[in-house]
Amino acid sequence: MLGRLSFSAIPLDVPILVGTFLGVAIIGLAVLGLITYYGKWGYLWKEWLTSVDHKRLAVMYIVLALVALFRGFADAIMMRTQLAMAYAGNPGYLPPHHYDQIFSAHGTIMIFFLAMAFMTGLFNFVVPLQIGARDVAFPFLNNLSFWMTAIAFILVNVSLFIGEFSQCGWLAYPPLSESQFSPGVGVDYYIWAIQLSGVGTLLTGVNFFVTIVKMRAPGMTWMKMPVFTWTAFCSSILIMVSFPVLTVAVALLGLDRYFGMHFFTNDGGGNQMLYLSLIWSWGHPEVYILVIPAFGVFSEVVPAFSGKPLFGYGTMVYATCSIMVLSFIVWVHHFFTMGAGPDVNAFFGIATMIISIPTGVKLFNWMFTMYKGRVQFHACMYWAVGFMVTFTIGGMTGVMMAIPGADFVLHNSLFLIAHFHNVIIGGVYFGYICGMNFWFPKVMGFKMNETWGIRAFWFWFVGFYFAFVPLYVLGFDGMTRRMNHYDNPEWHIWLLIAEVGAVLILFGIVCQLTQLYVTIRDRNLPANRDVTGDPWNGRALEWSTSSPPPPYNFAIVPHVHELDAFMHDKENGIDTRCAGGPYAPIHMPKNTAAGFLIGVFSLVFGFAAVWYIWWLAAIGLIGVIGTIIARSANKDIDYYIPAEEVARIENEHSRKLMAQAAE
Amino acid sequence: MAHDTTVQTAGHDEHHHESPVVFGFWVYLMTDCIIFGSLFAVFAVLHNQVNGGPSGRDLFEYSGLAQETALLLISSITYGFGMIAAHKNEVSKVIMWLGVTFLLGLGFVGLELNEFAHMIHEGNGPDRSAFLSSFFTLVSTHGLHVTCGLIWLVTLIVQLMGTTEIPERMMNKLTCLSLFWHFLDIVWICVFTYVYLASMI
Repeated sequence: MLGRLSFSAIPLDVPILVGTFLGVAIIGLAVLGLITYYGKWGYLWKEWLTSVDHKRLAVMYIVLALVALFRGFADAIMMRTQLAMAYAGNPGYLPPHHYDQIFSAHGTIMIFFLAMAFMTGLFNFVVPLQIGARDVAFPFLNNLSFWMTAIAFILVNVSLFIGEFSQCGWLAYPPLSESQFSPGVGVDYYIWAIQLSGVGTLLTGVNFFVTIVKMRAPGMTWMKMPVFTWTAFCSSILIMVSFPVLTVAVALLGLDRYFGMHFFTNDGGGNQMLYLSLIWSWGHPEVYILVIPAFGVFSEVVPAFSGKPLFGYGTMVYATCSIMVLSFIVWVHHFFTMGAGPDVNAFFGIATMIISIPTGVKLFNWMFTMYKGRVQFHACMYWAVGFMVTFTIGGMTGVMMAIPGADFVLHNSLFLIAHFHNVIIGGVYFGYICGMNFWFPKVMGFKMNETWGIRAFWFWFVGFYFAFVPLYVLGFDGMTRRMNHYDNPEWHIWLLIAEVGAVLILFGIVCQLTQLYVTIRDRNLPANRDVTGDPWNGRALEWSTSSPPPPYNFAIVPHVHELDAFMHDKENGIDTRCAGGPYAPIHMPKNTAAGFLIGVFSLVFGFAAVWYIWWLAAIGLIGVIGTIIARSANKDIDYYIPAEEVARIENEHSRKLMAQAAE
Repeated sequence: MAHDTTVQTAGHDEHHHESPVVFGFWVYLMTDCIIFGSLFAVFAVLHNQVNGGPSGRDLFEYSGLAQETALLLISSITYGFGMIAAHKNEVSKVIMWLGVTFLLGLGFVGLELNEFAHMIHEGNGPDRSAFLSSFFTLVSTHGLHVTCGLIWLVTLIVQLMGTTEIPERMMNKLTCLSLFWHFLDIVWICVFTYVYLASMI
């Protein structure tokens, strides 16, 4: 009846998990209780959970990403603490079974649910506004994408309290991940979480590709498109090309486990290196999927706070596109040690090094944008400059590892761990937080607190170096990744320093939370309100709307004359909004519960498949198909906002603008 | 100036309402194509790993293969007739042609399942060897797509019943399914040549 699920699957014997469960349960009940107390369920359901508005979905994505950050960081600091303790005679406080789950969950969560969700949140918020569109091409699919990501994250967290998570690292290499060596449910949780969130990500890629191709405002030719939109475009292409490969790789692993097939097994003719080749031909583009939009953020932020147009727009676009293409021909550098031979390794090593050229172009573009600019050191600029320094170092250690001979020494050592955290924290995370500080007033209508933002930056920045520079040293000293315990006394001091770094980063996260709290507390102070919708003297179209933008974004779709369309209009006295109308009724998609239902049924399906509860899996699958068919038959999917309502909203904003100008 | 902009914008605004559904679905199909491409690559790597078991030359039979191929190719033609009827707004003909397509597709899936059952019965299932794992996975991924197409066909037939004309949204759905169905035909031709014929040479 319950497959392999039994009471013993609940880890009551692990005090850390019981404590975590109690904590999550108390916080969860408190949140649910507060929602009930304030009678907000209807509001939450109608305005948020079923929303197809890209702006609402963006907020939900970023909230999801921040929750994932806490989970992923909790894993990180637990690992650092274990390694600070588990030296010589001391076994530490995490037994290997638990420790291995933690490092696997840390990687999986940070990439798929922090970084991907944050990135999709930024796409959702910024891209339609930057291209002068009223929504994405497929608003319902956008909602579905969110729910597929959210339920996959829930599935990963269910594994904390029911059963176990994978112990095979974030990419679940076979043969370790095969049922011969991992007979438990951990890898199955991993497989279903990846597959379900993969559906969401793939649909996001298609959605934004089509949105950018088809829905740009009139006059916005390709080379008048803002750089962030360009990066979202390249990233969407990478998603569309690479995520299907991930789906195949993980599906084949699942077939091995569920049906006893022999794709990657030791016997039966299986080939493990095939899995590595498949997973990395997704995995390498994946890191560019994440970092290219971060480059896009900096390309918006640096000009805004330097009071100058971006230096070398064209080269920025070409550099982005060449990184996009090059990212597909470097995947073998993840397993130089496979022994593909000097010719193959040389090709992939050189291809990898070539990527540093367009990346260098970008760095120089940002620096030349600041050069002779009127640079304001806003919190965003701290993240941007911190990125330029940190990412450059991370890029250089990447070039070191691109040399096959050096890689033979450094492969799977802590040097590698330091390298990719160097580029992912210094590039992706700094970029997304920078973007959050930058676009927050547009989303919410008030600015983020700068003091706490700058404090958060310094803790993150300094903490990063304390946490990861020791790992470079340890890598040279021969310490491999994923160790639970070590005996070498020379390593201990470095791991203590790394622990200090992790604590500093913890302070950084606390500062970010405080920043959010102070921001919301002081939202009504006149200095914090964003009345004009253009707090930074912005250049692209998103700044031409009110903050937060109306549901339809643009009452009259703007006409783009130049690159940096809004700045061009401001300088030439053109009213981008065409205030005063005449306004026409605006066609809008209706909110729908279909995405939420498909998500819930998928969660049921995924959970049942993990535990071999086949009748429940069938219910989940039928639920998914049934909801899709019902959605297809639903004719009540859109409505019109009447012209009078549009005029009322627009005139209200015009009045505020005039009042602001009069002051 | 402002007035000019408004008029132009309004004109372009109409343009914005042109549905991106068909283009979007085509793009989605290209991602599906990459799934098949990856599975073909896996088959290419593993097709000699027979693990002491039978190879394609020992297993594949011409007759069933020819019937499957004929059914699927003809079903593409009948779907095409359905689309011609849809453009002429002849709902009952559309339903009829979609019905014929459905039967042909069902025949294809039936024959394929029969072939699979036969192989598994003889002990040559997907767990026999890496070659058979990759064979079954590639071919049944295609078969699973055809099955989804069958569910989709039934859904559209039911939605068309009792209506007298084909609105834009229905036309988009028919066009998407058309793309899907022809795409599966193309994939089958690749399966047919690369998996079956190449193994039998």
